[in-house]
Amino acid sequence: MSNTSSPKKTAWSWRSQAFRGIIYQLLAIGAVVLAIWFLASNTMHNMQVRGIQSGFDFLGDPAGFDIGESLYPFDSSSPYWNAFLVGVLNTLRVAILGIILTTLIGTLIGVGRFSRNALVRGLCYGYVELFRNVPILLQLLMWYLLLTDALPFVTEALQVGHIFLAKGGLAFPKPIWEIGHLFGALGLVAGAILGVAYRRWGYRKFEQTGQLRSMFWVPVGIFVVAGVLGWAAAGAPADFDFPAKGDFSIEGGGALTPEFLAVLLGLTLYTAAFVAEVVRSGIQSVAHGQNEAAAALGLNPGHVMRLVTLPQALRVIIPPLTNQYLNLTKNSSLAVAIGYPDVVSIANTSLNQTGRAVEAIAIVMLVYLTTSLATSLFMNWYNARSAIKER
Amino acid sequence: MAMNENTAQTFQPIAARKAPTATEGPIAWIRINLFGDWTTALMTLLVGAVLLWILPQVLSWAVFRAAWAPDYEACRVDGVGACWGVVAEKYRIIVLGRYPFEEQWRPVVATSLLLFMLVGSCTRAFWKLWVLPAWAVALVIYFTLMYGNLLGLEKVETDRWGGLPLTILLASLSMMLAFPIAMVVALGRRSNLPAIRTVCTVYVELVRGVPLISVLFMASFMFPLFMPVGFSIDVLVRVIIGITLFAAAYMAEVIRGGLQAIPKGQIEAAATLGLSYWQTQRKIVLPQALAMVVPSIMNNFISLFKDTSLVTIVSLYELTGALSLALNSDANWRPFKIEGYIFIALIYFIFCFSMSRYSIWVEKQANKGRAR
Amino acid sequence: MTLTKLQTAAVAMATFGALLAAPAAHAGKTLDAIKARGQLVCGVNTGLAGFSQADSSGKWSGLDVDTCKALAAATLGDPEKIKYVPLTAQQRFTALQSGEIDVLARNTTFTLSRDASLGLTMTAVTYFDGQGFMVPTKTKMKSAKQLKGQTVCVQSGTTTEKNLTDFSKANNLNLKPVVFEKPEAATGAYFSGRCLAFTTDASGLSSVRSKEAKNPNDHVILPELISKEPLGPMVRRGDDEWFAIVKWVVYGLLEAEEYGITQANVDQMKTTSQDPVVQRLLGGGNEDTGKLLGLDKDWLARAVKAVGNYGESFERNVGPKTPLNLPRGLNNLWNKGGLMYPYPAR
Repeated sequence: MSNTSSPKKTAWSWRSQAFRGIIYQLLAIGAVVLAIWFLASNTMHNMQVRGIQSGFDFLGDPAGFDIGESLYPFDSSSPYWNAFLVGVLNTLRVAILGIILTTLIGTLIGVGRFSRNALVRGLCYGYVELFRNVPILLQLLMWYLLLTDALPFVTEALQVGHIFLAKGGLAFPKPIWEIGHLFGALGLVAGAILGVAYRRWGYRKFEQTGQLRSMFWVPVGIFVVAGVLGWAAAGAPADFDFPAKGDFSIEGGGALTPEFLAVLLGLTLYTAAFVAEVVRSGIQSVAHGQNEAAAALGLNPGHVMRLVTLPQALRVIIPPLTNQYLNLTKNSSLAVAIGYPDVVSIANTSLNQTGRAVEAIAIVMLVYLTTSLATSLFMNWYNARSAIKER
Repeated sequence: MAMNENTAQTFQPIAARKAPTATEGPIAWIRINLFGDWTTALMTLLVGAVLLWILPQVLSWAVFRAAWAPDYEACRVDGVGACWGVVAEKYRIIVLGRYPFEEQWRPVVATSLLLFMLVGSCTRAFWKLWVLPAWAVALVIYFTLMYGNLLGLEKVETDRWGGLPLTILLASLSMMLAFPIAMVVALGRRSNLPAIRTVCTVYVELVRGVPLISVLFMASFMFPLFMPVGFSIDVLVRVIIGITLFAAAYMAEVIRGGLQAIPKGQIEAAATLGLSYWQTQRKIVLPQALAMVVPSIMNNFISLFKDTSLVTIVSLYELTGALSLALNSDANWRPFKIEGYIFIALIYFIFCFSMSRYSIWVEKQANKGRAR
Repeated sequence: MTLTKLQTAAVAMATFGALLAAPAAHAGKTLDAIKARGQLVCGVNTGLAGFSQADSSGKWSGLDVDTCKALAAATLGDPEKIKYVPLTAQQRFTALQSGEIDVLARNTTFTLSRDASLGLTMTAVTYFDGQGFMVPTKTKMKSAKQLKGQTVCVQSGTTTEKNLTDFSKANNLNLKPVVFEKPEAATGAYFSGRCLAFTTDASGLSSVRSKEAKNPNDHVILPELISKEPLGPMVRRGDDEWFAIVKWVVYGLLEAEEYGITQANVDQMKTTSQDPVVQRLLGGGNEDTGKLLGLDKDWLARAVKAVGNYGESFERNVGPKTPLNLPRGLNNLWNKGGLMYPYPAR
């Protein structure tokens, strides 16, 4: 047989899909680059004409303003970047606490939608519908109004032991920071790692020998003991700054201000309604047959929910749940309307003091973008790991 | 012979057993749902006690002891509950914003037309081809009525538009404009061409990662810096552009979810039939995907409707901002801010709740085959 | 393929070139833009009694509003041809920088940083003010120095915040600011008792006390003025012509008061006055000050006819007969013990 090689592929065709693909991409990139060039050149031109200064060098200048509440003492002579850091910490403070609380409340209410008690079902349904359908800004404003009106004046402050409740918020004894607390925190971290390791070891032993060990109390015990050991090893500091009733306000101690409480309450209750819906749809997505099979095996409804339904529902729940966490973090930017010094509020003040509007907004967007991208990456990884593999 | 014996016997029924416990009827429902077993009964008692303690107090404050007349003196009397007179007195500013007093019939008529078109588009009767030109005509009428300057109507600048009409305008216009953008971006994100995929992904992740407040701030105040000197755009247009870009990113994600749920077999079958990429998208993929994601798009619309309350920071007085405007300059009515808040919360609730019930109805329609 | 790439490149370069040839800065053209538009766009406060506030039918009034009206009368001939843009403290500078408004008459303090770094410039002072504190009467406080460690409600984005910090540091008071975006949120929090004190310019304190307190006598303004707050209209840098117009309208109204020209007698004074200074001010004599500014010669006469002289505007908006009840004090003319020294409009 003659050695006929397959005909050589002809040269590039103008109408092939690959060629058109390249053209489309070039057009798309070109359009985007053009747009960015247009905007950037206009901005620089405008700023030059109007004599607006630009640049991030202002971050090293002293801030010149005080911040109402911060995790660590902030002085007005600290630089701007320190002020932004305080803002970021304030945002994280309310976001992390909010996420924990909203998960708890939202899960309870979501599971409560399946309760056998019609009153509980109805109340959960009413809660979800009520809090979902009113804008978050409105809810924050209402909570702040209620808190500032309802909290008593200093002269009639409520007092339980060393804890006061007055117009200035909830005042509690604050531990005076010593190196011992740092060791205690490190001990807690070590305890957490040891606890997780213990659980791993316990599961392995269970699979090998069938002997069940305590999977909850022992790790928790390890966690707490490690923390206490760390604290004790560095001198066991136990000094507190106790709040006292002054003439016009509660002085001393730490305080949860009404601004913080209003933001926390508003964000938590609002997002909990959405988390409840997410949990509910997750539970509903588990095939009915699973519940029926578990009932056939004799498990009581509590066990069915905890051991069969929820673990399977988690795959469906986690991605929208992370979305809700992101929403909570972004909604915390509304705290600026009620006086809580989060990063948007600090950026606003800096913007007005220095006039560097573009830079300040860029920093705010950068902070939120970092948080969102980190969460998105985690979600994509989890999605890919747990997705049902299709061809 | 045996038969003759049998015919003499009459039917002797055995003693009737007691009737089974009822499963229908209100008594049965209460018994099953409230007192099914002892834990349920305990919960009913606890929750019932709490409700019985709270509800009379709330009702007494809100209804029985409330002052309904627009008279602030009557509201300050001791022992008076809620002061709904503030609503009676200020409802025009709250609902219609700073629109000139005599011309306030115009936003009412225009918004009613827009609402009619919106609600109508949700029913089956409107799902025909003549809907698109009808919408175009309705929008032209709407803007003519609101802006004026034609047909003898007095011109009203866009910064006077406010209250509920502004909320509805912002939400519906942004949604309508965002939809085509979102479809293109969603398709682009699933495209094989890496450049287009990157551009779309960057856009969606960038916009979804920042809060709406910073997008609004950028749109309304940084926008003029981005434009050549002397080129000035209306504040309302800037805000609509900002909200549209924001909404398009979220909708693109929703549509992408729908696209992902279409089995690959559909696209392969279309390829064997000889359909091109765009034909496949238009005839096979998008109709199925969009039908699946309508409930999520409704959710997006509800969120957008609520997020319009943030435009207060750029001095456009929609419903929430109009309330501050109405009550802050008037010291007589300022102590009754909470009643004003409840009033506009009620308005938002009515709108959003109706929309969510509608989305549930659509979901049921689309999933009729899968209900269990 | 090569051809199409070249084509794409050519199109791109042509567009870039067109962009680079964008029109140069239109310095000195604000007046032309106003005349072409037929309307003055004035940035004002969202609602500060006595300075710029709209009533329920949308009519604006106040000291800053009078400045705008005088400007409109001088440049366009009609004090009603104004578009008022209410701005919060955060928006005001970007709105002026970006060209959205022509002039910012929003009780804005003139400071070095605002002069040097914002691309804006101040024309003339219309109100000399100072920052003070307001506390409930029942606290029986007599001095701001008694506020050690207390909470103070303040609005964000103003010189108020910085002055508060400086005062707190200088006197070792450790004041805790609660910062709000909107002024009504700040005053609302103060009146509900969240903060012990409220701080803003003294004129603002009177305005807030008279308008928003249930009983004005329940609140007292402490005597210390912790800062100097010269308030006045601001314009963009780079347009000296417009800067001069705004400055001289303000000085013109002060000169009118100095020479006894009022809203009632301006027409009569224009025709019958023997004083050459008055004649020059009102465009009666041979010199046309208006032409030097780019306006016509009746510019000041129209301005005074629209809003009266500075004294009349002050009385009408913030004087003893208004709820604010502010004394002339520093805002009186130089020959009556105040700081208002209008430069000669000649």
